[in-house]
Amino acid sequence: MNLSYKEVKRDTAVQASKPFPKHRIEEWRGKAYVYVCILVLIVTIFSIVYFIAVRGLTPFVSGGVGVGEMLFGKVWDPDAEQPLYGALPFLYGSFATSLLAAAIAAPLGFCAAIFMTEMMPKLGRTVLQPAIELLAGIPSVVYGFVGLSVIVPFLRHTFPGQGIGIMAGSIVLSIMILPTVTTIATDALRSLPSGLKEGSYALGATRWQTISRIILPTTLPSLLTGIVLGIARAFGEALAVQMVIGNAPHIPDSLFESAATLTSIITLSMGNTTLGSAHNNALWSLALILLLMTFVFVFIVRLLERRAKR
Amino acid sequence: MSEIALYTKDLSVYYGEKQAVKRVSMAFPSRQVIALIGPSGCGKSTFLRSLNRMNDLIAGARIEGEIWIGNDNICDPQTDVVQLRQKIGMVWQRPNPFHKSIYENIAFGPRYHGVRKRAELDEIVETTLRKTALWDEVKDRLHQSALSLSGGQQQRLCIARSLAVKPSILLMDEPASALDPISTSKIEELIAELKKEYTIIIVTHNMHQAARISDKTGFFLLGDLIEYDDTQKIFTNPSKKSTDDYISGRFG
Repeated sequence: MNLSYKEVKRDTAVQASKPFPKHRIEEWRGKAYVYVCILVLIVTIFSIVYFIAVRGLTPFVSGGVGVGEMLFGKVWDPDAEQPLYGALPFLYGSFATSLLAAAIAAPLGFCAAIFMTEMMPKLGRTVLQPAIELLAGIPSVVYGFVGLSVIVPFLRHTFPGQGIGIMAGSIVLSIMILPTVTTIATDALRSLPSGLKEGSYALGATRWQTISRIILPTTLPSLLTGIVLGIARAFGEALAVQMVIGNAPHIPDSLFESAATLTSIITLSMGNTTLGSAHNNALWSLALILLLMTFVFVFIVRLLERRAKR
Repeated sequence: MSEIALYTKDLSVYYGEKQAVKRVSMAFPSRQVIALIGPSGCGKSTFLRSLNRMNDLIAGARIEGEIWIGNDNICDPQTDVVQLRQKIGMVWQRPNPFHKSIYENIAFGPRYHGVRKRAELDEIVETTLRKTALWDEVKDRLHQSALSLSGGQQQRLCIARSLAVKPSILLMDEPASALDPISTSKIEELIAELKKEYTIIIVTHNMHQAARISDKTGFFLLGDLIEYDDTQKIFTNPSKKSTDDYISGRFG
């Protein structure tokens, strides 16, 4: 007993005599690494926001363009002698395509999720879910290409018009956001508090009643989160939409008429303008609008998550 | 002896190849409390769940044998499980209130079964809450979320919820094992009260609880019903040695 006590004493004495033991140094090194990474991240994010804001605000501050003029003006003609910066057609195009895409993808995604969790859990887990997740990995140019060679001809033959337009863009986008909606819905359905389903069945509810009155209402905030994230993705998608929407800067009268979105007009025009020109700055303003919309979407998602927790 | 509410004949339940319940024949007299005891994994919960065909929901579960309620064999594939589950209510170990208001939790079942009138629903909510001694505690906040209730209150709400569809038999799977002692004693009082109107079959791990509240006790071991007799007899003078070993705590 005495001996072991002495040994312990000597051990602590050895440790105390070393000012920087190895484990301390390791700890500091790890901390420093994490702090540097987070600093780089914060600086990057802030520079992006700052850069877009400075460029994007220039037309309003020194270019003599009014905010209302940009948000509600219907004519976009920055290279004219009397340049006009009406971005309403693009706002309209962006909102119309992404909301319509969500309207198409949401029911499909929910039904797929319910099928995978409630009807055929085994098939869902082994075949369907990987297949749907695969959709998320396909490059957007492929979607655009498929849209251009399959959806646009189909629409052209079925409906009046050229086939390009908001409808074509929405369909392409709806396929692109389907994995987001489905995956989030599936996760929500799988994480349903245990016993809820049994509780409903035990009261003599049918499967349909259980799904529509218990499962859907309970998971609604998560399902909405999936939709909003899908809309956010659709709102920001440029390439695939640009390939099928026609890119005419005006508000279309029908879903089958050429239109444009915020992203498609930016990618189309950016290469043709010089940095610092009025036209270029106006495109940055559009980018700023996109950025602000993204903030709004993130905010809505946060709000929904808070409601889901309650 | 009183009439029989429910009886099983050679009831076996399989999960895939594994036989979880082995040819159990048991009769449950009306308006009595019957406790099912036994070590974990002995098949008593599986047996309980098969009585209202909740095992249908488990992939790979298969029932053989007969379960008779009156003149109906509910193992018959023709049986309408929706009607069956209306007759046989069920309460679980963990309270599982729906994420709705207290009122809606109770009105949920009756709505399924066609009760639409507000006044009628109001009455069902009040009577079932009174029966479960919850009325005085929640009458001022019927439209608040059921999740704001304590665990014991939630469990009594779940009991009230199953009473709302007017069953004659209640199945309870360890209804008090997730609750504190005070809530437990409230549930036990409630069971004693409900016995006047309902047949109650309860699975419990708590020997004292089984001895306190039940009229008859069945002892399960490895899927077999070892002994089934009056609770008094089981706990004072069991006829099988393994029953004696289990209730005196020598294994299990």
